[in-house]
Amino acid sequence: MTSSNNNGHGNNGAGGAREKDLKVVGKPFRKVDARAKCTGQTKFADDIVLPRMLFAKLLRAHEPHARIVKIDTSKARALPGVHAVITGEDLPTSYGILPVSQDEHALCTDRVRFIGDPVAAVAAVDEDTAFEAMNLIEVEYEKLQTITSIEEAIMIDEPRVQDYGESGNVHKKVHLEFGDMDEGFAAADHIREDTFFYEGNTHLPMEQHASVAHFDPDNKLTLWSSTQTPHYVHRALTKVLGLPAAHIRVIATPNGGGFGGKSDPFNHEVAVCKLSMITGRPVKVTLTREEVFYCHRGRHPVLMHVKTGVKRDGSITAMDFQSFLDGGAYGSYGVASTFYTGALQTVTYDVPRYRFRGLRAFTNKPPCGPKRGHGTPQPRFGLEVQLDKIADDLKLDPAEMRLKHLVKPYSLTANYLRIGSMGLGKCIEKIVEGSDWKNKFHKLPYGKGVGLACSSYICGAGLPIYWNNMPHSGVQLGLDRQGGVRVQCGSTDIGQGSDSVLAYIVAEVLGIDPFDIRVVTADTDLTPVDLGSYSSRVTLMTGNAALQAAERARELLSKAVAEKLSLPVENLSFADHRVFDVENPETGVTFAEAVVLAESKYGTIGTVGSYTPPRSPGKFKGAGVGPSPAYSYSAAIAEVDVDAETGFVTVERVWIGHDIGQSINPMLVMGQVEGGVYMGLGEALMEEMTYRANRNVVHKFPSLLEYKSPTTHEMCDVKTYLIEDADPNGPFGAKEVGQGPLLPVMPAVANAVYDAVGVRVDEVPITPEKVLAALRAKAQGKPARFGPKGVPTVEWPEPLKVATPAEGGDGREMPRVAIHS
Amino acid sequence: MSERTKQKAHIEFTLNGETVEVAFAPHKTLLEVLREDLNLMGTKHGCELGECGTCAVLLNGRSVLSCLVLGLDTEGRSVETVEGMASAAGLHPLQETFADTGAAQCGYCTPGFLLVAKELLAANPDPTREEIKEALSGNLCRCTGYIKIYEAVELAAARMRGEEAELPRAAVYGLD
Repeated sequence: MTSSNNNGHGNNGAGGAREKDLKVVGKPFRKVDARAKCTGQTKFADDIVLPRMLFAKLLRAHEPHARIVKIDTSKARALPGVHAVITGEDLPTSYGILPVSQDEHALCTDRVRFIGDPVAAVAAVDEDTAFEAMNLIEVEYEKLQTITSIEEAIMIDEPRVQDYGESGNVHKKVHLEFGDMDEGFAAADHIREDTFFYEGNTHLPMEQHASVAHFDPDNKLTLWSSTQTPHYVHRALTKVLGLPAAHIRVIATPNGGGFGGKSDPFNHEVAVCKLSMITGRPVKVTLTREEVFYCHRGRHPVLMHVKTGVKRDGSITAMDFQSFLDGGAYGSYGVASTFYTGALQTVTYDVPRYRFRGLRAFTNKPPCGPKRGHGTPQPRFGLEVQLDKIADDLKLDPAEMRLKHLVKPYSLTANYLRIGSMGLGKCIEKIVEGSDWKNKFHKLPYGKGVGLACSSYICGAGLPIYWNNMPHSGVQLGLDRQGGVRVQCGSTDIGQGSDSVLAYIVAEVLGIDPFDIRVVTADTDLTPVDLGSYSSRVTLMTGNAALQAAERARELLSKAVAEKLSLPVENLSFADHRVFDVENPETGVTFAEAVVLAESKYGTIGTVGSYTPPRSPGKFKGAGVGPSPAYSYSAAIAEVDVDAETGFVTVERVWIGHDIGQSINPMLVMGQVEGGVYMGLGEALMEEMTYRANRNVVHKFPSLLEYKSPTTHEMCDVKTYLIEDADPNGPFGAKEVGQGPLLPVMPAVANAVYDAVGVRVDEVPITPEKVLAALRAKAQGKPARFGPKGVPTVEWPEPLKVATPAEGGDGREMPRVAIHS
Repeated sequence: MSERTKQKAHIEFTLNGETVEVAFAPHKTLLEVLREDLNLMGTKHGCELGECGTCAVLLNGRSVLSCLVLGLDTEGRSVETVEGMASAAGLHPLQETFADTGAAQCGYCTPGFLLVAKELLAANPDPTREEIKEALSGNLCRCTGYIKIYEAVELAAARMRGEEAELPRAAVYGLD
């Protein structure tokens, strides 16, 4: 056993964590809330029932784009059992997740922008009465022309879906250039240009969103809600309701699945709060499954054009990436999503010169936002499929080609992303070996194929959503004199195990059992701020905050015990509920006795920890999206069977390697990897959020039955390799796993389809129709491909030019004068 | 209050081994009766249209979607929900293995999976992976990719057969 130490935190980093005799970290403990979830004890938002509780329903627009001429609520108000009816007039203040797009109203004030946009809300004694009242509300609309696609948004300036943005129906345009692109393409032996389309899809959490609001006689409001971001909901409610923040309490109930879909402040959350304030009674709303589809905030449909120059050995000399996002009717996270479609292209393979142009369009559809991988699965699909084509052009093995040009660990990319540990090489080697790639690639019979792709993801966004200098995560620790330990943190467990991560880390440092720890999370009254469960930030950020709080508590206990036992502090170790002399383990006290000694010496024992990510080296406008304390890496090989008669693709097996840095709990990491592969498989083969453009932009299938997602029958076998390349910024070296492993799946499947039947499907989902269309094209001697023909021609703004680190850049935008001189 | 809720039905049935008496609006589904009139919140809902399997319970030992069964149809019959699976002696082996293997991530679909798995093991104590997939194919899970669920069912089945079993090492740590 090693002596007391700082458990691999910070500088101790990489090697440090591995040498420790860890008791909890790296072990497959069950989750602290697992038994509650398996016995029906976990209280989700819809499980909360309060005395005299009313039920709310939202009336949603059946017009995709229309001016509200008149709303008549008189019949609804007259219905017995109805206690309140509200419309946009009652909630005039706008809100939105990003400070730059405060474009939502809880209930539409003048216009509806998509089918499902809410215009009124009722509170009644029961759900049936609320439903009846909702249907008695009469709304008169004046139809407006609809904007149904990226192309239409670019071509049609009026009417505007939103009254702000770049111009017309273009929400945002971005143009960034890192390094001398002409020089880069001139140096290339081979240049490829490809277009890709990634269809939108949705999170489909099994739990429908639900919220309960209670405005009490002291004029204080409590909202229980199925949200991934209680802190941001707290801020939005403060703005919209006109109550002091100190009088609002937001409690995020355990989320029955999130995947990014519960990360915005939602109209139904605001509505139940207002209804409770009006009626003085608790008010609950539970969305129907159809309404969950209208909440959306899911994957943006993205059209892409990728131009890449390579040397004969496949090394990239320059990459020019264009993406066009269909944002739907509101901003949501869209500006960040737009930047994300251009941010992480540089963190896997060396890209010395890089240009990105991105455009987000407003259309009359439910708003898109962050879904698992936020803005990066789409460009990753384009990039990895194009690399497969390049390998084919150059007659190189796609695995070997990638291995030769990996980004170096602890380096700085052309767009100023600081890479930490980088285990992608090991991931590729493991899956190549495990899948018997060399004997399968190009060697399987017609109809069978293998494809490979890689990816990377952030471990938390480097910057908060609203500008501030405060920590991104805070933890408070309370130690009871009888030995109890309470961890409080604003983080939200959405099933990924964040409550358990807090317990594991504190237990490790204090030498106690994780199940002896009481975890209190996601309650703005009781827990310090954590920004929320998004951007794969929680293990790294709350983990570091918990580590700091626990180390501070251990220091207090150590000093008190050292004094009592007349030992040097360095001699003390914490394990098995004891604090003892490492040289003479019988000499020691129980953990509870140590707390008593510390409390006698210092008073009540409580410590805090917090975490702020390192500053980003990029200083240019737009440098806020992409930086992260660490990057996880994944590589996947898919083996498929393609039926050339029907076009049906069956994914038989996926081998995946994931660089987790250090598993805090390997079993939970495995679950995240498998779940990521599953969700990626759905996106690759079947999931799509699509609308009937010529029929009122109505959603094609807002139901769990018709929105196809993989059942046990479609789910493939998964062979997982965990690579532990510890990152110095992660707690014990840990990196993320919640989002990264989804990313390589879609391009791996597309590349495998090509290996199987020799056709390219340059868009997802890869449905049988598309495979057949590509096979038919091939048979007719046309390009053996299905995919978009091109991208719209648009006028891009002047590029913001940044010299790369290799060119001697300092991360700042080059002065325009210099550009033109 | 709406007309149709005025006249309540009043029935008796067996719920988790105990006789219960309950009065409810006659149009209510078993799902609603369980959650709203008997305060058993363990049974969840994902669609209320019979599409996702989340609300599955056992009716006379057979799995049914409680969102598609009228409360009235349970009169004189026996219903088992997730709350009835554990006993004073401890958790049901399926509950234990689901908890221990990470088969419950968000946990929302878990009660439905547990009851359908229980029905499977009652009929087939030693199911193959394919038989497990078939039995669970009506239940959707968005978190796990089903794999940890298969492993939990296999582990529980082995233990219920009296075997001393643990998860394979690769299921916990990945392949070497």
